[in-house]
Amino acid sequence: MEYWLPVIFAGLMALSMLVYVVLDGYDLGVGILLNGAGDREKDLMIASIGPFWDANETWLVLGVGLLLVAFPMAHGEILTSLYLPVATMLVGLILRGVAFDFRVKARDPHKPVWNQAFFAGSVLASFAQGYMLGYYITGFETTLAAHGFAFLIGICLLAGYALLGATWLIMKSEGELQRKAVTWARYALWLTALGIAAVSIMTPLVSSRVVEKWFSFPQFILLSQIPAVSAALVLISHFRLKKLAHNGVEGAWIPFAMAVALFVLAFAGLGYSLFPYLIIDRITIWDAAAATESLSFILWGVVISLPAILGYTVFAYRVFWGKTRELSYD
Amino acid sequence: MDALALARVQFAANITFHILFPAITMGLAWLLVYFKSRYNRTGAEHWLEAYRFWVKVFALSFALGVVSGITMSFQFGTNWPGFMETVGNIAGPLLGYEVLTAFFLEATFLGIMLFGRKRVGNRVHTVATWIVAIGTSMSAFWILALNSWMQTPTGFEMRDGQAFPLSWIEVIFNPSLPYRLVHMMLASGLTAAFLVAGLSAYRHLRGDRSEANRTALRVGVWLAALLIPAQIVAGDLHGLNTFEHQPAKVAAMEGLWDDTEGAPLLLFALPDEEARENRFEIGVPKLASLILTHELDGRVPGLNSFEGEHPPVGAVFFAFRIMVGVGLLMLVVSWCAAWAMRKNRPPGEWLSRTLVAMTFSGWVGTVAGWYVSEIGRQPWLVHGVLRTADAVGPVGAGVISVSLATYLLVYAVLLGAYVSVVFYLASQAAGGEVPRERDRLDNPLQAAEAG
Repeated sequence: MEYWLPVIFAGLMALSMLVYVVLDGYDLGVGILLNGAGDREKDLMIASIGPFWDANETWLVLGVGLLLVAFPMAHGEILTSLYLPVATMLVGLILRGVAFDFRVKARDPHKPVWNQAFFAGSVLASFAQGYMLGYYITGFETTLAAHGFAFLIGICLLAGYALLGATWLIMKSEGELQRKAVTWARYALWLTALGIAAVSIMTPLVSSRVVEKWFSFPQFILLSQIPAVSAALVLISHFRLKKLAHNGVEGAWIPFAMAVALFVLAFAGLGYSLFPYLIIDRITIWDAAAATESLSFILWGVVISLPAILGYTVFAYRVFWGKTRELSYD
Repeated sequence: MDALALARVQFAANITFHILFPAITMGLAWLLVYFKSRYNRTGAEHWLEAYRFWVKVFALSFALGVVSGITMSFQFGTNWPGFMETVGNIAGPLLGYEVLTAFFLEATFLGIMLFGRKRVGNRVHTVATWIVAIGTSMSAFWILALNSWMQTPTGFEMRDGQAFPLSWIEVIFNPSLPYRLVHMMLASGLTAAFLVAGLSAYRHLRGDRSEANRTALRVGVWLAALLIPAQIVAGDLHGLNTFEHQPAKVAAMEGLWDDTEGAPLLLFALPDEEARENRFEIGVPKLASLILTHELDGRVPGLNSFEGEHPPVGAVFFAFRIMVGVGLLMLVVSWCAAWAMRKNRPPGEWLSRTLVAMTFSGWVGTVAGWYVSEIGRQPWLVHGVLRTADAVGPVGAGVISVSLATYLLVYAVLLGAYVSVVFYLASQAAGGEVPRERDRLDNPLQAAEAG
């Protein structure tokens, strides 16, 4: 158990971070794209994420919660190294979270202000998350190059979330808004691909251990499928979106599914590179793990509640299935 | 200020802002269940109408609670890494259970509760309302279990400077949990009750004579009148529990410097921490001893018995008096209101105005109470186990100043926006943005017509 519990919890943490990135990714993305749309379209865009954003963000709390719970001896270093980007992200998340409610409840003249807060908060939070990812990959080096790389990943994750958001809108909207979303997705796709490529190049540069893990036989044959399939996904998405731009409706869910697949692959590749380190080449999951009795106590909770959470999450998505209509409290 | 002081101010600012909203939603969630159940049972539209107005206030409050809560969870790591490094084996699972059993539940079903009534049908919608209420209360249970453990830690042992759990039952059901849980749930009920009464009175003043508003006003007033005596008893019992486990906190609450037999209950004083004495003391002789020990000449230990180990006196002393003062005010106002509105009488203008003024009184009482509890725990972060100063992270004062200033600005704006939007929603529900209709209120004939 001393060996396996930290592995299980690292897996769970990675899973909740991945679910967070995909789920909150699409609703942050919708926020990033907000200013490209007209007033009525803005309402529809926000209505399409209305019932979900709250639960989506909860995955972030679970992810950071698991970091705190399972790896108390690493969370301090990770989070204090990321102090300012974390604070920036939090301010962003606060702004967008409340703007969501305020924009429909405040006086009409204030609505554009809250729309802007929603946009700005989404951009800020997304960029900060990308920055954190980039800086984390460098192992918190305090060089200018490390911060420059982090900045680049910040921009790329912004694009990545915009891709998720745009493809989500392709799935959930019709007509003019859908056509706009296709255009957004086509731009965002290539910046996303750039970000994934940058991370893939950077990790082996930071650590020779990563080089060894990827480029030794026989696992290389299997592992090379990850970049190959990712590249294929980017290309297929590109042509698929091009086709959608001409004749709309057929298979509107496919771009979203492909964007999600792209994120899953990139995440899997990164996870493989890092394992078993929480901070690259410095602190392993076993160095940082909490006591066995604490981990096994919380594991019971996870085993019982996670299936339930997944179950009712699916239920909630089914309730609001299909194209988005206006959202009302009635 | 140094980094430690800034980090403390930042945490205090965040948690003060945060608690305002759960304090509303925990109580309001159950009121919504009540409105919905009454509608289901009677079929009377005004219950549903009340539900539909208050669910909006709930949604707004909930959103603010969620985003400020996310901030809290990160600040454990960004500012107080020593907390998890020392007691993470205990605190981690409690927080983990809160996320797993409460956060997802409330967040997911909130979507259905707010927007899904037409999509899922009335039964499932009622179930969703119940689940959200249960989720908010579960969340309170876990976080209060953790807070109570920090005040009265049990069920663990220290090995190599780290806490290890011995019995989860003793960790969770530690000696102060029952008191703190009841005290906080009642505080939330009161906060929601005065919010409902206050906003409904505001709508009444604006000429809203609808059945839905009259019902909500009545429910708010009655709930407040019923909960406040229970809260006074619960608070007293909580105080006795604190006296047993954290006597230094109680000495600060009472402003008592020396060990005293027959200690007075101070109504007012200016505690002077440098001279270690009070100025301008006004008190009732022997009453503190009577309350705490149930004997007129019972011995109450003073702050000097805990020199260097007791909390800052002034803040705890005054916060305690503010909390008790608000509680007594709530008692007077809610009972007067319940009496004045007996047998379906409408509230008069003075009563309505008083209720409007009391709209956010629950916030004042709750925050003051938490200050007593949390400042009163100092200098400990976990009583007897970990000092606050030993848990602070390496982040410098300059960086914290930047984040603190940003948070304060954001919170000030949001608090202003929240209060103004809530009143705006009420005035809209009362019939749009009409100018205050004093004339009509002053003229009973026209008022009757408006009804």
